[in-house]
Amino acid sequence: MLTYVASRILQGIALMLVISLLVFLAVYMIGNPVEVLIDPEATQADRDRAIRALGLDRPVWQQYLRFLGDLLRGDVGSSWVYNRPALTVMLERMPATVELALGAIFLSIVVGVPLGLLAGLYPHTRLAKGVMTASIVGFSLPTFWVGIMFIVVFSVELGWLPVTGRGDTIDLFGVPVSLLTADGLSHAILPVTALALARVALVMRLVRAGTQEVLEQDYIKLARAKGLSEGRILRVHVLKNLLIPLVTILGLDFAGLMAFAIVTESVFAWPGMGKLIIDSIYNLDRPMIVAYLVVIVGIFVVVNLAVDLLYGLLDPRVSVKGSRQ
Amino acid sequence: MTEIAAVPLADGQRRLRLWREFVANRIALGGLVTFLALVALAVLAPVVTPQDPYDLAQLSLLDNLLPPMSRGFDGALYVLGTDDQGRDMYSAMVHGLRISITIGVSSAGIALVIGALVGLAAAYFRGWVDALLMRLVDLILAFPTILIALMMMAAFGRGIDKLLLAMVIAQWAGFARVTRSAAIVELNKEYIRAARSLGYRRLRIVFVHLLPNCLPPLMVLGTIQLADAIALEATLSFLGLGVPVTEPSLGLLIANGFAFILTDRYWITIFPGILLLITVMSVNIAGDHLRNLLNPRMRK
Repeated sequence: MLTYVASRILQGIALMLVISLLVFLAVYMIGNPVEVLIDPEATQADRDRAIRALGLDRPVWQQYLRFLGDLLRGDVGSSWVYNRPALTVMLERMPATVELALGAIFLSIVVGVPLGLLAGLYPHTRLAKGVMTASIVGFSLPTFWVGIMFIVVFSVELGWLPVTGRGDTIDLFGVPVSLLTADGLSHAILPVTALALARVALVMRLVRAGTQEVLEQDYIKLARAKGLSEGRILRVHVLKNLLIPLVTILGLDFAGLMAFAIVTESVFAWPGMGKLIIDSIYNLDRPMIVAYLVVIVGIFVVVNLAVDLLYGLLDPRVSVKGSRQ
Repeated sequence: MTEIAAVPLADGQRRLRLWREFVANRIALGGLVTFLALVALAVLAPVVTPQDPYDLAQLSLLDNLLPPMSRGFDGALYVLGTDDQGRDMYSAMVHGLRISITIGVSSAGIALVIGALVGLAAAYFRGWVDALLMRLVDLILAFPTILIALMMMAAFGRGIDKLLLAMVIAQWAGFARVTRSAAIVELNKEYIRAARSLGYRRLRIVFVHLLPNCLPPLMVLGTIQLADAIALEATLSFLGLGVPVTEPSLGLLIANGFAFILTDRYWITIFPGILLLITVMSVNIAGDHLRNLLNPRMRK
């Protein structure tokens, strides 16, 4: 177990190293930073001094090591727009995005699991067919358009919910949370639902397919032959076996949702990481872009690791010692 | 991506049977017919629209922001209304559809070809070639396509060529993985051994014998990725990191209309959105049924 965890962590570190190299090449080598950072009116002597101060006269590999060293200390430079350390600015925006992603996962479980289960248990009913059709619509609806439609219907026409922003927040362990205030919640409903829609469709399909597969297994037939109640079969035998693919997909999806929130946050002007990265791309704020990549890649690596370990806990057949190929 | 196991399309007869089964499902056929109709509309865009939306001489600012079914200054009927520059929404949408479909089909197509070649190479050579290529595939598949494409666009800047490149970079890896796993299974089958023992050249074995038998899962993934590509392009363009303003796709049209929804001028954003939805959905419906047909586990 320990060696497995260690090897997974090493793989994660290797992945982050590769990506840091790609980011370094993309951000620092494409386009000459001198042109951006140094006043074009400066004299040649000033330019030379600035280039030396920035370490741009050194060989590329030394520059990369320096970039990497700064990265390890959590220093990706100061945002050119906010004039504060970019990573700090990015991390301040993280709770808002985490909130959206968690809300979306919650919704997709609460709505997707029961519907998928019903469709799997009674595959020839209208409901099952409706669920399958609805899931195709859910996959096909572009997130940004769903967001716009929500605004048109619920904010402009009906006037029920606010259009943009995050509303009031309340501090929970020092982290601002908007889901716990009535105003914040009313701001969050539309973006969370818009973000969740495609996931609800995914969960419905997954649970439906899983239910149908599990129902044909011998242990279900045995349970029925033993005379167990359908309720118990459902709870103990069906749902438990559905947990594994669900945890995998939803766990991996958490990081994906954080990334995908870029779209939702742009539509609803939700002040999270996604809105910030889009603004930073428009403003060519390079340290901010690097900070975003550091945070999002870190989340991906950690989430992947966590899901792999959880997978081993949920399914005793998966040996976490060996590689999982 | 769910598992895409598939039955091989060994010969013409099977293909014909598959086609008959596909057509037998009216919903799937409806999806296919709708998509083909939209493609025809996109190809014929200049013929079937009353206005060239990019020819400024044909636009009249006097006719701006007209609601649907209203007549313009010169008596022309605007069925779907006009935008803030007096552009006929119907003409703009059909031309936008043309751009959306062109980019979607080309990027999914190029990604498919590159992915198939990489997958075949990995499966055929195995060893370090396989290891290297598949680590690269893992790296790309670890992140959502939207994130990769977005970062590429941030580095490249706007433009259709750059957009295509970014989308192909984000999409080829899925094709490579599917082709590789299909090819590895096929390579162990007897017809490949027979072809080898007959002394055929490598290229002939790979492209004449191996590739056709790896096609079914590629076709399924291809339709899914086509729908994804159209939606991805629309999303990037909506965010302002896709097509340039001079060549508005459906996504950019929606973005332009977004500014007007608070003033109740819904038609500028809703109509292109509905057209985009129909396009993506028709591909998804056809692809969904194709997957059911080709996946033996789903057959009843």
